[in-house]
Amino acid sequence: MAKARKLGLKERYALLTRGLDWETTYQPMDKVFPYDTYEGIKIVDWDKWEDPFRLTMDAYWKYQSEKERKLYAILDAFQQNNGHLNISDARYMSAVKIWLQGITPLEYAAHRGFAHAGRSFRGAGARVACQMQSIDELRHAQTQLHAFSHYNKYFSGMHNFAHMRDRAWYLSIPKSFFEDAMSAGPFEFVTSISFAFEYVLTNLLFMPFVSGAAFNGDMATTTFGFSAQSDESRHMTLGLEVVKFMLEQHEDNVPIVQAWLDKWFWRGYRLLGLVGTMMDYMLPKKVMSWKEAWEMYWEENGIALFNDLARYGIRLPKHHEVATKEKGRLTHELWATLYQYGNALGLHTWVPEDEELDWFSEKYGEQFDTMYKPRLLYFRELEEKGERFYNNRLPMVCQVCQIPIFYTEPDDPQSQCVRIVESKDTKHHCCSDGCADIFNREPEKYVQALIPPQQVYRGEADGARDIFEYAKYLHLESGVDTGEYRNSPDHKNWQAWHAATPDNSDEAA
Amino acid sequence: MTIDLKTASVKPLRRTFDHLAEKLGPDKNPTRYQEATWGLQPATNFHYRPTWDPTRELYDRERTAIVMDDFDDLVDPRQYYYGTWTIQRGKQQDSQEKNFDLVEKHGLLNGLDTNWKQRILALLIPLRHVAWGANTNNSFIAAYGYGAPVTSACTMHMMDHLGVAQYITRIGLLLGNNDPEILDIAKEAWMNEPQWQGLRELVELTMVTDDWCELFVVQNFLLDSYVHDLVFERFQAAAIEQGGVTILPMLTEFINEWRRESSRWVDAVLKRAAAESTENTAQLNVWIETWHPRVRDAMRPVAELAFPTQAARELAALGEAVSTRSAKLGLHGEAL
Amino acid sequence: MADNVFIALQNNSEAQPIIEAIVADNDGAVVSESPGMVKIDVPGRLVIKRETVTEKLGREFDLQELHINLISLGGNIDEDDDEFILSWGV
Repeated sequence: MAKARKLGLKERYALLTRGLDWETTYQPMDKVFPYDTYEGIKIVDWDKWEDPFRLTMDAYWKYQSEKERKLYAILDAFQQNNGHLNISDARYMSAVKIWLQGITPLEYAAHRGFAHAGRSFRGAGARVACQMQSIDELRHAQTQLHAFSHYNKYFSGMHNFAHMRDRAWYLSIPKSFFEDAMSAGPFEFVTSISFAFEYVLTNLLFMPFVSGAAFNGDMATTTFGFSAQSDESRHMTLGLEVVKFMLEQHEDNVPIVQAWLDKWFWRGYRLLGLVGTMMDYMLPKKVMSWKEAWEMYWEENGIALFNDLARYGIRLPKHHEVATKEKGRLTHELWATLYQYGNALGLHTWVPEDEELDWFSEKYGEQFDTMYKPRLLYFRELEEKGERFYNNRLPMVCQVCQIPIFYTEPDDPQSQCVRIVESKDTKHHCCSDGCADIFNREPEKYVQALIPPQQVYRGEADGARDIFEYAKYLHLESGVDTGEYRNSPDHKNWQAWHAATPDNSDEAA
Repeated sequence: MTIDLKTASVKPLRRTFDHLAEKLGPDKNPTRYQEATWGLQPATNFHYRPTWDPTRELYDRERTAIVMDDFDDLVDPRQYYYGTWTIQRGKQQDSQEKNFDLVEKHGLLNGLDTNWKQRILALLIPLRHVAWGANTNNSFIAAYGYGAPVTSACTMHMMDHLGVAQYITRIGLLLGNNDPEILDIAKEAWMNEPQWQGLRELVELTMVTDDWCELFVVQNFLLDSYVHDLVFERFQAAAIEQGGVTILPMLTEFINEWRRESSRWVDAVLKRAAAESTENTAQLNVWIETWHPRVRDAMRPVAELAFPTQAARELAALGEAVSTRSAKLGLHGEAL
Repeated sequence: MADNVFIALQNNSEAQPIIEAIVADNDGAVVSESPGMVKIDVPGRLVIKRETVTEKLGREFDLQELHINLISLGGNIDEDDDEFILSWGV
């Protein structure tokens, strides 16, 4: 037998996956794949699908096992060495709490959503790409749990995450986001998550925030964060591929895809406001402001991506200019909201220290000094008088993004922005034109949304009647898991540990 | 860096997350497997009905006739979470890769009897499509099943089957000198040759089966057993014994190891589901009674391809193996 | 001027030869470091050559090894055995 010639990457991938699927004849294809036509996307030739990374399973296992070995070696060392003592300050834990309560569940939802897409497409290449992403997302959920497991032993607010995930008002923001995507058809799902969310927006989470985690001594988050992001590069590429594929397959797909990009840009942007507060407020040592991150990752990189899609007839997503107008206020408005509803949050809030206020002044300029700093100083004054400000009613939240309706008018940061939409003689409230547009396009979907404050007022939260009973329903211990950071058990423990622990630098035994 | 371990104040406040403490009972530490699977799937307050199936919730217990008090009890005895799974597969692929390298480098297939080579190609290569069907079916369970332990294990099984499909392809290419025509011939057989049509018809029927536990029984228990035992055990043994193809186990090492390991998981899931209630046991028995004869009939021509002179005997042995396994799980599993 | 494409890698010793190779092979590459991470922007097109990384690394480099230390990227990808290319507007 002659020695076979060596195969190149492209050829090898093509052969190993060649013709694995087939056109079924004993069952109609439409019965085997019932979900990939009802959205109206027209696919003429599934064989035009190309997987840019061309990972076969053997290569996948080879590189993923190397990543996992590294990651767990670091997590083991982190746990054995009381790694939680090395973070910059216990206030930082609020970011970790939000991550565990709100972001880790998104990873799990992505895992299941991509399993759905990975079963739904009749094209084999697209299915394999989605399946690979499905199991990667499972990886992300699980590595995050393993990383945070250690923190849960030492800090509040994390022990009940699985219970809160399905119930808490502010966790409805991420939950409704992902369930919106999962309940859509497979093409919209992949567009929303792989493209709009991952390609366009998650760089904001995984790059500046994780870099910030590194800066704040959180070895666990840094390790899984960057390791997850290496998978994310494949996912982003899938996102771009699926969008280009739909646009190239049929011109009728262009308006459908554009409408999805409009919707999911805005939905993703609203969700990322939470990440903005993590970057600006919850990192005691700051790396990059939300405004700077927005400029770098949206105004430069994001717009470059849309410029590239212009040749298909795609324009920038609707309301992108509003998001840019809001870049100087988004995090300050949202932090003030979280601050006042502290009695129903599984994380602590606080007024930043003076040097942090100076950093805000430097990054946000006059707008911060005239509008947001005075409010923070007022909160501080009240707190010092023993009258820490809480809003003990439940907020009215947006019917679409579920964020309390406290954002301001795009052209007037002093007026609250409210939009009233109507469906079947019932009025609903939205926080913005972006969310109102989303509602009006699919009212039958958004009227279904579960609005936690309304559930409470209807007596559907185990009969809780006020914010304190509601916190109990969430399994939150008042004043331990919730409320002000200063003098909280987390704060006191932190001080005690550091009083009891010799400075690491003096330990050269 | 060292930390002074005498510092009594740096004591943990709790052992683990509430939902794990509740399931494990007091004073127990969860394993990483438990931590990574139990309670991971959302359970309530779903916002929107799926547009692709408005009769159901996003996660819905009623997508199967099997009833469990807690679907988190369908655990994987291998304790696979992503990390342990991928590290294990990484080792196995490394070893398989070395085998392929050795075979290629030393031309170990050069002396292979042409007749046996043709028999192996004819039997083995169409199975890449069967593995693809298994991938499709496990992605169905991963998508629509209930509870993270079983859906995450099916996600791994889905990727494993893709890996198997690719390894079968590699074996074909190795035997066929990297000539892609080998694959096209096998696909043609899969699509049109009579001996494969029964199996293809059955695989297509599984692809429209919409109870995910039923699909688990048919795909992961019945079909995988028949296909694997026939080809990778019985036929492989015959090829070694009668054809002197002693090299074959080197090529199928990954597949065989994976198979031994994953069937333990499949058995454990069925055993636990059956143990939950007499209703579950009855339902599982109905599925096995319905599908076992179908699988056996579909496999008959494939058995004839593998064993032209003693197919009936081989097929009976495969059926007995399944029945014995069923009995151990508390199911009767006769092919009626 | 063409929009920037970018790649971000973990800032560790394994990624160092890759970063050096990118800088050597791409005119106009701008390297920015932040904690744990290095981001490299290049106008229009960025190429990573297997040859160059192999040379900097002192052993054979497989471009798929990029996955291990990759954090993020922006641009259309074209990868074969010898080159990994990111570009806009092909």
